[in-house]
Amino acid sequence: MADAEVIRIDERTRGAAPRDLAACRGTTAAGRPCRNPAVAGSDYCRVHLREDPRTRHPSQARSSVPKPSEALAPATDDLTRILDFLKRRLSGDYPIDDFGYDAELSREVLLPLVKPLYERYFRVRTLGIERIPAEGPALLVGNHSGTIPLDAVMVQYAVASEHASRRIVRNIAADLALKLPLIGPLARKAGNALACEEDAAELLARGELVGVFPEGFKGVGKGWRERYRLQRFGRGGFIEVALRTKTPIIPVAIVGAEEAYPMIANAKFLAQTLGFPYFPVTPTFPLLGPLGLLPLPSRWLIEFGEPIPMDDYPDDAAEDSMLVFDLADSIRDTIQQMLFKNVAARGPAFF
Amino acid sequence: MAGDEKRRVLVTGVGGWLGVRVAARLKAHADVGSLIGVDLDDPPFTIKGMEFIRADIRSPLIARVLGATKVDTIVHTNISSSPSRFGGRSQMKENNVIGTMQLLAAAQRADHVKKVVVKSSTAVYGSGPAEPSLIAEDHAGRVTELSGYGKDCADAETSARDFGRRRPDVELVILRTQNVIGPRASTSMSRYLSLPVVPTALGYDPRLQLLHEDDAVRAMSEAAMGDARGIFNIAGEGVVYLGGAIRLLGKVELPLLAPTAQLTSDLLRRFDLVDFPRDQLRLVLFGRVVDTRRAAKVLGFTSEFSTRACLEDFRRNRAPDEAGRTSRHESWERELFDYLHRKSMSGSAV
Repeated sequence: MADAEVIRIDERTRGAAPRDLAACRGTTAAGRPCRNPAVAGSDYCRVHLREDPRTRHPSQARSSVPKPSEALAPATDDLTRILDFLKRRLSGDYPIDDFGYDAELSREVLLPLVKPLYERYFRVRTLGIERIPAEGPALLVGNHSGTIPLDAVMVQYAVASEHASRRIVRNIAADLALKLPLIGPLARKAGNALACEEDAAELLARGELVGVFPEGFKGVGKGWRERYRLQRFGRGGFIEVALRTKTPIIPVAIVGAEEAYPMIANAKFLAQTLGFPYFPVTPTFPLLGPLGLLPLPSRWLIEFGEPIPMDDYPDDAAEDSMLVFDLADSIRDTIQQMLFKNVAARGPAFF
Repeated sequence: MAGDEKRRVLVTGVGGWLGVRVAARLKAHADVGSLIGVDLDDPPFTIKGMEFIRADIRSPLIARVLGATKVDTIVHTNISSSPSRFGGRSQMKENNVIGTMQLLAAAQRADHVKKVVVKSSTAVYGSGPAEPSLIAEDHAGRVTELSGYGKDCADAETSARDFGRRRPDVELVILRTQNVIGPRASTSMSRYLSLPVVPTALGYDPRLQLLHEDDAVRAMSEAAMGDARGIFNIAGEGVVYLGGAIRLLGKVELPLLAPTAQLTSDLLRRFDLVDFPRDQLRLVLFGRVVDTRRAAKVLGFTSEFSTRACLEDFRRNRAPDEAGRTSRHESWERELFDYLHRKSMSGSAV
């Protein structure tokens, strides 16, 4: 069959088309190469130029359909990479640090798993992430909420994905969390350590970014009515560590975790029986069983505040209990103010 | 310790693998003049030049041995974690606690004793989710729930510290050794990791830190011949997860529900496979990792084998059949690639 005559649909390109060579590189709806002449300075005709660049590309891709052997090459590369990974894991050939942080598992498996939750489900936005230093120790102090400590996970993902240095926040967790089967080892592999002065000081001495939630279980286990109201800040141990190691404190306000698991009641009897610090009753849990463990899709906003330097205090400042309490209170106030501001700034909790 | 004379050293527990190897190493040391080995059991191999005295450290007779031999250095390795060696837990406790008390009581009277090295264990830290990730020497007093071997070690350490207070002129060294493995060492950990299928607790993957037997022997003898005094953690660098360690050894993990772990351990003991002390079961739940920096700084001791190197050495020398064979993973990988290759060939033909 002879080629049909090209019908020029744009008078203005009539003269230019032959000189500027070329037919359009787009594809017609029928899947054939477009025969219209390309607009000057572009590879596409007027029709295809208006289309979304992503959808008009197929003809280009089709023109370079790879031979089967070529097609296999990149796939085999991926496969080799995955196989290497699996082989390392299966033969135990992977390094961990003294605290049990498994960098490979974290970057290749755990963080990618958090990604959809962070980006699509909670639609997390961050403010002031550039205030976290590119290297060297810093203590992130955040509010704790939401029954299940997802906030710690989201802070870790936020810094690992959005901060210029892709740092891994080493959160310190309560022993009650670390002793849980499956959760405990997983938490350690993800970079968590024990919430005690020794671990915090050691991680900071190694130049790590340490995340601490001084409210502890009082924060995650508080009721819906107390949302975004900071609980007491433990015994101020984190201040002592920061003073001793002269590490700056970065206040972190996390908005969104409260609505993910709104705790409407605390089944204290069950908690005591099971040995848990609290037993949450949310609108969906335990009503819907395991399905009730699915968090509600709240919208999150995480703000990293201005770093508070700790090196202006005398060397024995950590021994001064009044100073420690004062500092803890002022940091608590800072975070509380950030929370009030950001709850309003975030807008509606879900949509 | 000062003095130009050759040292006279007494080593307890030469009937065990650690004691006899420490004795052999000390005998080879240029400054050691005479070497006396004490135990109820014969040494596993004879050391040329070592005087072996069959004696029970639990009996007051040990004072006569010290008096007769006029030793200046005592290396006490006879604190054991293996009940079967003594014919039961109560005899084991008797040996560990009363034996150490008697030995040190005798040493307190013996003016010629100038140096005492006691082999304790990191078991004194217990094992639990609330212990720091890296346990330093000062942490020991804070642990209250101890039983079995850990309690024995803590009690023996108390005797040793009392002795140190009463005889401040004596250089006292307490070495808290981490779980030892090695090609020849016979410890609960080495037997546990030698099982063809290694039982673990489902849902738990503790960090494992190990000490190579050669490093344990070297630490004991260097502490005996050096000038430092104090309490030191002795362990290999770095940690490995238990699951990873089992895979490094080319073995298969058998995760059991935690409540059945006790039963499994009892069964393993009944059939004489592994004498994993009941009180050490928590180790496979939570592990225990110690900070070794004080030993490096004060004692000048750093272990040659990292935890990983311990496992690799163990695999090479303990299980030659495993090491010689192509690993399972390599053969799986080859099969998979062969399969894909065939697939791609037939794909391009179509």
